[in-house]
Amino acid sequence: MKHAKRKWALMSSALLLAMTVGCSSSSSGSGTDSGSTPKDTGNEPAPSKDNGDKGTTETAKKTITITYRDDGTGEKVPLYKWIKDVASQYPNKDVEIKPTPIQASEGDYFAKIALALKSKDTAPDIVTEDTFMLNSDASAGFLEPLDERLKGWGDWTNGSFIEAMKKGVTASDGKVYGVPYNTDSRGLWYNKDIFKKVGLPEDWQPKSWDEVLAAARTIKEKAGKDVVPIWMNLGKATGEATSMQTYEMLLYGTGERLYDDASGKWITKSQGINDALTFIETIAKEKLGPPLSKVLNGQAGNTATREYLPKGKLAISLDGSWIQGNYLDNGTAPWPEYKDVLGFAPMPTSKGQAPGSITLAGGWALSIPANAQHKDEAWDFIQFALNKENTEKLVIASGNITVRADVAKDPEYTKMPFNEISTEYLKNAEFRPAQDKYPEVSTQIQTMVESVASGTSAADAAKKYAQDVTRIVGQDKTLEK
Amino acid sequence: MGGLSVSTPHIKRKSYTWLYFLLPSIAIMLLFFIYPILLTFFYSFTNLALTGEAAKQLKFIGFDNYIRMFQDPTVRISIWNTLVFLIGSAVIGQQVLGFLIALLMKHKSKVFRRIIGTVVLAGWVTPEIVCALCLYSFFGDEGTLNAIISFFGISEVTWLFTVPMLTVIVGNIWHGTAFSMLVFQAALDDVPNEIEEAAVVDGASRLQILFRITIPYIKETITTNMMLVTLQTLGVFGLIYAMTGGGPGTSTTTLPIFMYNQAFVNFQLGYGTAISLLLLLIGIILSLFYIRSLKE
Repeated sequence: MKHAKRKWALMSSALLLAMTVGCSSSSSGSGTDSGSTPKDTGNEPAPSKDNGDKGTTETAKKTITITYRDDGTGEKVPLYKWIKDVASQYPNKDVEIKPTPIQASEGDYFAKIALALKSKDTAPDIVTEDTFMLNSDASAGFLEPLDERLKGWGDWTNGSFIEAMKKGVTASDGKVYGVPYNTDSRGLWYNKDIFKKVGLPEDWQPKSWDEVLAAARTIKEKAGKDVVPIWMNLGKATGEATSMQTYEMLLYGTGERLYDDASGKWITKSQGINDALTFIETIAKEKLGPPLSKVLNGQAGNTATREYLPKGKLAISLDGSWIQGNYLDNGTAPWPEYKDVLGFAPMPTSKGQAPGSITLAGGWALSIPANAQHKDEAWDFIQFALNKENTEKLVIASGNITVRADVAKDPEYTKMPFNEISTEYLKNAEFRPAQDKYPEVSTQIQTMVESVASGTSAADAAKKYAQDVTRIVGQDKTLEK
Repeated sequence: MGGLSVSTPHIKRKSYTWLYFLLPSIAIMLLFFIYPILLTFFYSFTNLALTGEAAKQLKFIGFDNYIRMFQDPTVRISIWNTLVFLIGSAVIGQQVLGFLIALLMKHKSKVFRRIIGTVVLAGWVTPEIVCALCLYSFFGDEGTLNAIISFFGISEVTWLFTVPMLTVIVGNIWHGTAFSMLVFQAALDDVPNEIEEAAVVDGASRLQILFRITIPYIKETITTNMMLVTLQTLGVFGLIYAMTGGGPGTSTTTLPIFMYNQAFVNFQLGYGTAISLLLLLIGIILSLFYIRSLKE
């Protein structure tokens, strides 16, 4: 009897033990403890778990891991194919190049790499950084400054890289934290077939916002209700695409900016903000845009480029130069006719004032994390991977614009249908503020745009934006115009 | 008797055997539960961030996060949404539906009970994220529900966009009702048949039996279940995040979603932890309320 009771007691305390473990792990999962487990959250992508092990055995090859974003298409991601291809030709056979993608939405990718870069156990040797996050990650001390190494690289110093593009990888401390491999411009993609049908010019060059709206109204009137006149990303779910492709393209087109470089302050109130929001309001009110249930969705960008445009269900799309990458034979939505059907017009300034058209430029870079295990080997590989030949392969496969002047002149590159004009738009290119508060301000922009798109008045949305930005950057860092 | 019995006075004084048994679980509670909470509490007073200048240097910023929280209109919206979601899906939805199912199943044949039980349980055993995807495809623009109603000639509705809160509430009811059903089944089985039979003999109607005998008899179970379901629902994240992402706008942004956005989209971990403590506070207040009503 006694024996049985003790056994019972032991068992119940063991059970209790198991339960507490269960409870505590689930409670930390539900968020009571979001701060203390960076390693846990990083272990799913596990960029370089086996990295350390391999480094310790002398005979084994060193593994250089490269982390990039996988949008869920796996081996179809242009970067994956490119890394495999470049690695197979890499002359140094002592290192093994290993792609270690992070499968995530665009927004989650930045959180996931920030977590991975924090620790030596999870940091990859090379990471692809969106240039707008580069400054934040550099300020956080996650990235290795490359200035010393760049001095010894001929391609960097002899003008092969377009000088303006170096600005995008320079953080606010003046140091360079990455080697850019692509950039992009933005403009108005339009379907010439639809334009022809409704009597609009096939060689469309709108001179002001009014002309864009006029074209959209004509399409709404004449093209039938299955055709969406104009598509812009309008939701929070599309993240940075909403801020950059929609709002900033409009705001910068009014001549106004987000951030005043001279005074170092964020502009929270200006006529430009009102004009940009009024444009969105007009589109929402007159129902010139896509159905809200489609556009306020994380998949909105893909819906527009992979479904609506090719099917002739969308007339005008304010989007990036890279969307043609989808339509290539090896792309996610092959559409060989796109060369003839699509046109790419520059986005006009609000009233056609100088410089006449506007584009924002972004782009991606290869960086070396401060916590990387094999920095020298990583640097050697970057120099090889981003030489003229290899960058060219990448920008062609992904439909991006090159950051190298020598590639820009290459016939192989210029024969891609829209590359020449996309590159030309870059001459009026503006960059997003290289401020580490930008990503946070950007989410307020998305909130503001989404609220206007779903019915809030432009004035109310602008007022809320001013309050939110003031709270984020502090009263002394704001400016009203 | 072994050393387990604490109630015997002369053993209590000198034997601490019970403590040895509890020690491992206390240690684990401290390490995995109390410590993270304290740490969260600490971080909520800092500018802890995922990236940017603040990620390099942790700074103590006093009550800034809390002040910001009280000034932030989205926090108010999130609290409201959390309460609507809680009352709609847990307190009313899961409880009432779970109770009704349990009640209707009482005294039914074993086969019937088993079939219905399995069907309801299916929603519960399905992992949250699978559930969310099923419901997303059910309510989606080209989803099952629209296919059904358009078959009957009713024009399609963009459910996730027009009535987003309703869809996540229905989702959570579908996912969680089985738990309440099981709890109430057990409780209803405990109600002695004799009492009910006696009431029938006295001429009580079925409704009278339900409200005068059955419900008062299982009152404690109702309160306990209410508390469990409330706490479960307060923390629901995956279901809402996958179905609507907290949108459109802020219409389904509950506190967990808002906290996630602040911590991992805006990279403000410090602010995120402050919000998580607000959530904890709401949980504690509601639990105290339930425990109190249990005592009465």
